[in-house]
Amino acid sequence: MAETALEVVDLVKSYADRNVVDGLSFEVQTGSVFALLGPNGAGKTTTVEIAEGFRKGDGGHVRVLGHDPRDVSLKPRVGVMPQSGGGYPGLRAGELLRLFASYHRHPLDASDLLDRLGLSDVAGTAWRRLSGGQQQRLSLAMAVVGRPELVFLDEPTAGLDPQARRATWELIEALSRDGVTVLLTTHLMDEAERLADDVVVIDHGRVVAHGTVAELTRQGAIGQLRFTAAPGLDLVDLQRAVPACVASEAAPGSYLLEGDVGPQLLAAVTAWCASQGVLAHDLQVEQRTLEDVFLELTGRELRA
Amino acid sequence: MTSWAPGALAPRPAAASRLQLLRSQTKAELTLTLRNGEQVLLSLVIPLGLLVVLTLLPFVNVDGRRVDFFVPGVLALAVMSSAFTGQAIATGFERQYGVLKRLGATPLPRGVLLAAKTLAVLTVELLQLALICLVGLALGWEPHGNLLGVLALVALGTAAFSGFGLLLGGTLRGLTTLAAANLVWFVLLLLGGIVFPLSQFGGAEAALRLLPTAALSDGLRTLLQQGDLVTRDLLALAGWAIVALTAAAKAFRWE
Repeated sequence: MAETALEVVDLVKSYADRNVVDGLSFEVQTGSVFALLGPNGAGKTTTVEIAEGFRKGDGGHVRVLGHDPRDVSLKPRVGVMPQSGGGYPGLRAGELLRLFASYHRHPLDASDLLDRLGLSDVAGTAWRRLSGGQQQRLSLAMAVVGRPELVFLDEPTAGLDPQARRATWELIEALSRDGVTVLLTTHLMDEAERLADDVVVIDHGRVVAHGTVAELTRQGAIGQLRFTAAPGLDLVDLQRAVPACVASEAAPGSYLLEGDVGPQLLAAVTAWCASQGVLAHDLQVEQRTLEDVFLELTGRELRA
Repeated sequence: MTSWAPGALAPRPAAASRLQLLRSQTKAELTLTLRNGEQVLLSLVIPLGLLVVLTLLPFVNVDGRRVDFFVPGVLALAVMSSAFTGQAIATGFERQYGVLKRLGATPLPRGVLLAAKTLAVLTVELLQLALICLVGLALGWEPHGNLLGVLALVALGTAAFSGFGLLLGGTLRGLTTLAAANLVWFVLLLLGGIVFPLSQFGGAEAALRLLPTAALSDGLRTLLQQGDLVTRDLLALAGWAIVALTAAAKAFRWE
């Protein structure tokens, strides 16, 4: 099996002279979970729809499992969950999933899939009478029921309650563990942080950051550790104990360490306090989240 | 809820056979049609109701036996309802709701989808024809002609009406399609030789006779009343079928 499941090189797509996708390049490794992050209008869905074969790019090239995205041989190999819609309004949830299963030779068991996604109770309910969250989960089930190698999930957990979100996450984790490549777009930082091996942050159709979640949150990161203790501690000595940080007394008795905040730092600080016979109160650690990174990179909130 | 067993989701992609695809898609299309109240009203209830009312009550004057005039017309109406109006509305909404787009990302080929839709329409038509004929016989209908001729006219009519239905449903939004398809259905019901004999339209008769609905109702009526298959009606239907299917193939948009 090739190492690259999806390859996007210099992709350009414009509508009415505006480049919605503007020279986008990234690769998705086989078996990984890849998150495409970006605010509304960043070009996420357009990019995904080009990879799904629904649209054609105006420039650059895209290879899906080594093929042109429009190659019909990809149909059984790729599962697609669009952002919304796509179900026959008049078919019941169970009928719809079984219909999609019947397009494939070795589908998953539809009843089991409904059960795991919490949809057993509505198996007899028509698509148009399902709630948004139920349609969302059924749509996910329809994307994976054919046992594809690669799935495109466009905002798979938008509008889901926490329990349904967890069921969706478990499914995505199990897919990845079993070797299925997952590309998802999301607004949710915790989702990307929990699921994604690789993250590409895009804005205005361009890549603004690319890496693992750890790399992105560490990149130029300034963590903060705060504690309160008696005023007037020996800052020079404290600084010597924590060389990776900048130590300061922000206000009398309120100490601030800025820099690479990790488990070692915490151990070093408490050890230093113990050596000084000082009891540190209100010890607080603040690390950068993907959300902070995103805000810095794009100047925009992710949640619309 | 138990967690996923390792390997339970391991990829095993393969498309189902074409026969399997055709079978399950046809079943889905049939389920959707027969479950849709408006479709059943349009394709079964209204034609059967019209047949009974027009035969038993003297709203419209016709030459000869009333039931022999109205059965062929109602058969044409049934074909128009299923192949044109029903198909146009269903397709328009499937497009609007993104169903057709999503099907495009599955192993179901477009050709098999269209074949399944056609098979579903033909199955519903069989049901319509059987019920209309039974009710007609109960009202004293005395058919002539041969079944083969009836099937040839119905097949060509279905092709022409399906073409127009797909043309409408494949280009307009769902609600626009709904309005347009129902309007056309109603106009053709009145002007297509179903309710009123075309001879009542005076100078417009020759032009109206070329309408697909008129060609089908007139062709069926001549065949079932006198046993003659009219070449002009067959040719008119074949011409409409070619025009409509070509236009639909050119203009149809999946999303």
